[in-house]
Amino acid sequence: MDQLLTVSLSPHISAGQSVKKLMFGVVLALVPAFLVSLYLFGLGALFVTIFSIATCVIFELAIQKYILKTAVRISDGSAIVTGLLLAFNLPSNLPWWMIALGAFFAIGVGKMTYGGLGNNPFNPALIGRVFLLISFPVQMTSWPVPVAARHQYLDAVTGATPLGFLKESVRNGEQIPEIMKQLPDNMQLFMGNVGGSLGEVSAIALILGFIWLLYKKIITWHIPVSMIATVFIFTGILWVIDPSLYAPPLFHILTGGVLLGAIFMATDLVTSPMTRAGMIIFASGIGIITVIIRVFGSYPEGVSFAILIMNAFVPLINKYIKPSRFGKEVKHG
Amino acid sequence: MLKTFTKGGIHPPDRKLTAHTCIQSLPLPATAIIPVSQHLGAPAIPVVAKGDYVKTGQLIAKGNGFVSSNVHASVSGNVAKIEDVTDISGYRRQAIVINVAGDDWLESIVRNEFLDREIKLTGEEILKKIADSGIVGLGGATFPTQVKISVPRGKKVDCLVINGVECEPYLTSDHRLMLEKGEEILVGVELLKRAMDVKIAHIGIENNKPDAIRLMRKLTVSHKGIEIHALKVKYPQGGEKQLIKAILNREVLSGGLPVDVGVVVFNVGTAFAVYEAVQKNKPLFERIVTITGKSVRQPANYRVRIGTPISSLIQASGGIPEDTGKIISGGPMMGKALINADVPVMKGSSGILLIPSGESARNKMQPCVRCGKCVSVCPMGLEPYLLMPLTEQKNFDRLEVEHVMDCMECGSCSYTCPADRPLLDYIRLGKSNVGKIIRSRKK
Repeated sequence: MDQLLTVSLSPHISAGQSVKKLMFGVVLALVPAFLVSLYLFGLGALFVTIFSIATCVIFELAIQKYILKTAVRISDGSAIVTGLLLAFNLPSNLPWWMIALGAFFAIGVGKMTYGGLGNNPFNPALIGRVFLLISFPVQMTSWPVPVAARHQYLDAVTGATPLGFLKESVRNGEQIPEIMKQLPDNMQLFMGNVGGSLGEVSAIALILGFIWLLYKKIITWHIPVSMIATVFIFTGILWVIDPSLYAPPLFHILTGGVLLGAIFMATDLVTSPMTRAGMIIFASGIGIITVIIRVFGSYPEGVSFAILIMNAFVPLINKYIKPSRFGKEVKHG
Repeated sequence: MLKTFTKGGIHPPDRKLTAHTCIQSLPLPATAIIPVSQHLGAPAIPVVAKGDYVKTGQLIAKGNGFVSSNVHASVSGNVAKIEDVTDISGYRRQAIVINVAGDDWLESIVRNEFLDREIKLTGEEILKKIADSGIVGLGGATFPTQVKISVPRGKKVDCLVINGVECEPYLTSDHRLMLEKGEEILVGVELLKRAMDVKIAHIGIENNKPDAIRLMRKLTVSHKGIEIHALKVKYPQGGEKQLIKAILNREVLSGGLPVDVGVVVFNVGTAFAVYEAVQKNKPLFERIVTITGKSVRQPANYRVRIGTPISSLIQASGGIPEDTGKIISGGPMMGKALINADVPVMKGSSGILLIPSGESARNKMQPCVRCGKCVSVCPMGLEPYLLMPLTEQKNFDRLEVEHVMDCMECGSCSYTCPADRPLLDYIRLGKSNVGKIIRSRKK
């Protein structure tokens, strides 16, 4: 043995986990939802997803290489996750240049201006989505009709989302029981045969992804469960108070971005709190803000805004919600 | 439901390659290099000179002050030189080098395998015997045992906790000792009980050693006041605060010692050494060392004389594997990487682990993705992700507020980090700086 020995401090072994494995674990978890969107929105879903991922990766590569002149880290897979999640938050008939603009905002403004992976306070994909929603409200809220629009892209037949329809009808003074009769039932919502962003429609596909993420220990249950539970309880209270004015809680959970947001967006490692207790506070906050926007605000959907607002509170939560220390509390004299 | 500690912890693969390999005696080396500082505290002072003939078991360096320990010759022969050598710590420290000639033991040592259960000495006599025999904590911390026994005035100890956990992957020296010398360990525990005047001792063993749990349970039938606790496998359960929490559900407060909750912890190896010292009049000059590693031809457990070069151990286990990239004294979680194989086995050496070169180097550090895994595995409830940048920024005041001194350096944070960040390296640096500041404040 002629070579020199390696000398380093302990520990000398590691769990063999890596950022790359975490990111590709998330990608795999998104596969069921992607397959459902391919089935429902066909061509458009395929194009939007591929184009969003490609532009996100290219923007990250270009910024790291030519502007920041730092090591190129696209192989860690985080730009792919951002691209995938951005696409999942878009309608499947969005023009390519809007997608590119969204990707630029997600990666360029949402991530790289703060110093890249690990430093961004806000979820990059949501920064991209909200930028597009505010800039192009018409295109961002024209939702292709599932299955029927399968072979169309820009010229897809569009219709309202259940949440959009609900808001509109309530505004027109209709009663909830009457509105619910015209909306898809819970089973259809569960399977995903409704209008919406391409990745958010199928509850069962998203829940499959959730189980995978839990199994691979990429996330813990705390954020998704507390966020969904908060939405359920809050809308449940309203529904009990006046069922003619407020939609039932299960409808709120199965429509719109609650599941996609709870499982994949709010759980973003970088922009969520470090401790379990902090995660529960963070996720409950998202649930409450989501319901306030949906029920009392002017937008039909509020998950993206709610997550971004609570992202801003994460440093504060981390500062005040500390892990319980060993040897702090007196358990024995 | 098996007992364990409640906060944090990890489950590294246990890789106990030598769990079923009986303890063998390692042949004597040609020269023994015996450091005078093998314990926490002041180095011992040599009481022999170059050229002196010493017998196996003879005192060669005397403990210097209260927190110190005697050192004995582990071989017989002439003192070749007394000089500074590099030891396991990587520092050059004084050592007594003996050219081995035969194996001529002190006549006072009882050299037989007879199991001597009868305790004839009083507590004070036992304490003196332990101090004279140079016994230190054999779990790796090497704190002088007589100091641990001498409980400070005003503190009351109501039970002992005996550590048979061996939570480090690969290591099996304590496991084998329990299987082969279980009754001797129990007599050692009885001696410690008498020395400390307590009635109850709890032995904690992790559930990955069912044979040891079964045997020790059977043996304790005839030992009133010694209880065996099977513990759920979780690292770092061998940490004394974690072990006390697991067995007794008592929590040592931040900055406190086990004695504050009425407990003193000893390793099973220490209990065995106490048995040999008191019942057989044999000072501590040999111990069980596991030699192991994926590529090691014959991983084994050896009874090794202190001062034997680690290269002799490696030779006995089939020679150094071609692919060796790192030699570790101790386990892979808390062990020390050695700069060469010439360093001697010391009282605290529980194992030698050879790591292939492919697994020796660390992965390149990635940016922190704030996943919080380090926070969830920290057994002390600290936030390693925060302590690392605070150290980089030399923000020592804040580090102290964030309780950096509570860190026991178990390495769970670095182990679990998906971004391969050297969290513990920085925390150690922060600890040593904050420690200096705290000490200067006391002056």
